[in-house]
Amino acid sequence: MQRFVEQWLQRVSRRDVLRIVGGLGVSFLVPHLEGKAAERRGPERPTSLLTLWMAGGPSHLDSWDPHPDVEHGGGIQRIGTTVPGLEIAHTYPRMAEQMHHLSVIRSLVSKEGDHERGTYFVQTGYRPDVTVVHPAMTALVARKLGNPNVEIPQHIALATGDNFAVPRGGYLGDQYDAFRIFDPGNNINNLRPRVGDERQARRLEGLNVVSDAFRRQRQLQLEATLHEHVVDKALRMMTSEQLKAFELDDESTETQERYGDSRFGRGCLVARRLIEMGVRAVQVTLSGFDTHINNFEGQAAQAEILDPAFAALVQDLVERDLWDSTIVMCIGEFGRTPWLNVNNGRDHWPMGFSCVLGGGGLTQGLVIGETNPELSYQERDRPQKSRTLPADPIEIPDLYATLLTRLGLDPGEQIITPIGRPLALAEGSPIDRLLPG
Amino acid sequence: MYGRCFSTGEWPNCLVPVEKVKVMRRWSVLWAVVVIVGILMLTTAVTQPPDPVSVPDVAADELASARAAAAAVDTELARLWTERSVTPAVPADELTVLRRLSLALHGTIPSLEELRMFEADQRPDRLDHWLSTMLEDRRFADYFAERLARCYVGVEAGQFLIFRRDRFKAWLSEQLQTHVPYDQIVREMIAASGVWTGDGEVNFLTAAFANGEFDPNKLTARTTRAFLGQRIDCAQCHDHPFDHWKQSEFEGLTAFYGKLGLTPAGVVDRRGREFRIKEAEDQEEPGRLVEPEVPFSVEWCGEGPLTREQLAHWVTHPENRRFERAIANRVWGLMFGKPFQQDRPVDDLPDPDFDEDLRTLDLLGADFRAHDCDLRRMIRVVAMSQAFRMSSVHPLTADVDLNETTEVERAELRQQLETVERSWGVFPLVRLRPEQVIGSMLQATYIHTVDQNSHLIVRVMRYARENNFVEQFGDPGVDELQDRVGTIPQALLRMNGQLSRELTEPNPFLALGRIMITSSTPEKMLETAFLVCLTRRPTVEEAAYFQEQWKGQRGSNLSDEAQDLFWDLFNSPEFSWNH
Repeated sequence: MQRFVEQWLQRVSRRDVLRIVGGLGVSFLVPHLEGKAAERRGPERPTSLLTLWMAGGPSHLDSWDPHPDVEHGGGIQRIGTTVPGLEIAHTYPRMAEQMHHLSVIRSLVSKEGDHERGTYFVQTGYRPDVTVVHPAMTALVARKLGNPNVEIPQHIALATGDNFAVPRGGYLGDQYDAFRIFDPGNNINNLRPRVGDERQARRLEGLNVVSDAFRRQRQLQLEATLHEHVVDKALRMMTSEQLKAFELDDESTETQERYGDSRFGRGCLVARRLIEMGVRAVQVTLSGFDTHINNFEGQAAQAEILDPAFAALVQDLVERDLWDSTIVMCIGEFGRTPWLNVNNGRDHWPMGFSCVLGGGGLTQGLVIGETNPELSYQERDRPQKSRTLPADPIEIPDLYATLLTRLGLDPGEQIITPIGRPLALAEGSPIDRLLPG
Repeated sequence: MYGRCFSTGEWPNCLVPVEKVKVMRRWSVLWAVVVIVGILMLTTAVTQPPDPVSVPDVAADELASARAAAAAVDTELARLWTERSVTPAVPADELTVLRRLSLALHGTIPSLEELRMFEADQRPDRLDHWLSTMLEDRRFADYFAERLARCYVGVEAGQFLIFRRDRFKAWLSEQLQTHVPYDQIVREMIAASGVWTGDGEVNFLTAAFANGEFDPNKLTARTTRAFLGQRIDCAQCHDHPFDHWKQSEFEGLTAFYGKLGLTPAGVVDRRGREFRIKEAEDQEEPGRLVEPEVPFSVEWCGEGPLTREQLAHWVTHPENRRFERAIANRVWGLMFGKPFQQDRPVDDLPDPDFDEDLRTLDLLGADFRAHDCDLRRMIRVVAMSQAFRMSSVHPLTADVDLNETTEVERAELRQQLETVERSWGVFPLVRLRPEQVIGSMLQATYIHTVDQNSHLIVRVMRYARENNFVEQFGDPGVDELQDRVGTIPQALLRMNGQLSRELTEPNPFLALGRIMITSSTPEKMLETAFLVCLTRRPTVEEAAYFQEQWKGQRGSNLSDEAQDLFWDLFNSPEFSWNH
């Protein structure tokens, strides 16, 4: 524990050093003390994964896969985008200008129509299984590609909602659970000490004293618990200059307005800052897509939040030369029925839904798959299992195999789980069309 | 979905958005604090030894019988130790054992009130008498109901309209409190029918309702895991790779749950309904008819056609050794934090005839059956065993300074220690569960015991804070008995969290303030703070350090120092690892 105190004092002075050199604009003089862990830009930069999680099940018909002409497709119009032939819902005008950076999959298929199970499947690429808890894809990325220069958490969930939508480390261990920030930009949960530096140092000295008797007799056992290692890392984080990535004070009002005044908008802006800092795995959540009643109003309200934030994010990442090193994927646990229920709502629909993805060198401007709402109307009374799949169906595990490949990982690589069963990082095979030729 | 979307505010048409809920919650906590302060003003500080008579003597024959059973466990473990050349650790001191008991049975550390009572108790075997009283306390029934509910219905919220986890827990707690034999509790769950809000046990079934229908596979998996201690889920798709379970056996068991349906009268087995399994490649066909079937010893089912009632009898039949081994391994796990067989999940035991090293479970199981499947009896026997009462310090590593050893020596030591740990030759270090951490922090700040006799508002506040804290701390879910390390967010929460700050405030009505007021000297204050947080007194070195720090200050001048001391104690590994 003595070393914590030393480190603490060392950090404090380091922070002061950084403040001074930062103020003088001579931070290049102290390269090994640089605040940002990754200064490299362009395609050479190690790739990060940023998931925009649309919790509740976004309606593909009211966003990326509009069918205004079919019986239950009304309420929205189609608008053209920067990709010739690609049209999206009129509620996404800003995104329409960014689509050339992205690709759209309109034919994702899943068998899970429950929020909790669907979330599990789409976040991990594995269906729920009572024998093992699979890690979310973002947790896998944090584990396999963690950045040694990053002192803040490597796996971060911003604007969190339901507990089950926070990505988990699963069999990789609790330490790979996403670090959560409920209200991004406004406060950074528990990240700062509650007392001043001097008193904090005194507290740590006392902690060292009260830990000593216990530790002395159980050094080996305690070492195995990683308790002190974890405390050590937490303390390092608490004084890290990189914590600034969580704050929005030095972002202009204009920039903040472009992202929108919402938890999700601020989350996207913080996500950009985190990725800039070198964090490899981030999820930003937008809740509220579960429109069983008044679908059109509900989805339009969501679009008002999503459209500016997503568009500003893509624009910023491109302008800052971070697009080639950041995979951005906008996805939820399932889509919504092509028909309306008696409450003018849409229910859960895992049989053909959309996601938008791009960056990190993935193919841009591609549209994969096609749904057929009219055929679905005819098959409305059939059990889910015997309905016709959309054209060119894409399985979630294939989607993840694609992302992993792009991140430089082998989807077939096996990890031995705690129950002794080897499991592949992802069960599917990469979708070649999305990978650069 | 309505309930869930309301509670999370995820849906735009919701009445109360989530931010407002948070604000409202914050205000209600504030009001709760104000009211509690009022209540505490009306009560007196319990710092004097109360009357120890409230912990009555256990009947002599009952005590002797439990001791004999514990001695049999000791003999069996001694056999393992001899076989593996393991020297067991020395006995732990009584306060440490009391802390373990309190954490395992009530989910918190002992209150100062309880510690004073315990220390005033002069009986030589006071721990054994206390154990019985703790088992009769409502806190035991409530806490054990939550721990056991995890393996019966999981931790998911499920579908609110037809699954009520709270009702299930309340029902289970009532069964435990009223001493219903464990086999009967299990039979009621398996054979349940009716409405989930009225009959709590029905939620065992409705927990498996998803995507608009019952999932009988999930119920089979739960039944074999929770009640038979075996994982045969993989036999849903193929024969079990190591054990003898076949896919057809899994299907036969599943067929017992295959007729479940929802009617206005609640959950029933629908008459005339057949259980059919469809092959993946041929979804259009009606599927293969599967009849209920047990994999062996069909005579255990009793008379009549094979229904869930018969399955319940088969599972709990006195000759079905898997049943008692499963609960023995789980009770052991809940008491120690690790199942008896440490290298496999708690619900994945080998077949009964295979493993010599698991004889302890058979001993506990036989004693359990001989005592009418009494869970308290089993807990008592485990808690009276030498293994439960030994120190978490082992002579092998007690005085080893890792900095003075070579890598080779360390590797050798680690290996030896592992053998000792696997043989229960030392009490394991196990991370406290989140509700144990929060429960302990709250208990440490209240002096009085927080239990069913506490004022409603204290309990409500504990409930609200517990949920909030557990959410941030991370709930280990159903695999709670697997080895886990601490995480950074947990360390941050303990060090910088709102709750830690509030609880260490020198408020005259929380423990810290009261200790400061009522302690005549800094020495006394130091001692009380250590007792309240770590259930022990400070060591000579610790006392010397803090007294040196506090030199020349008295009483309320020590406010910051006392706050810092509580912070130190809450953040020490000793606080958050059961030892």
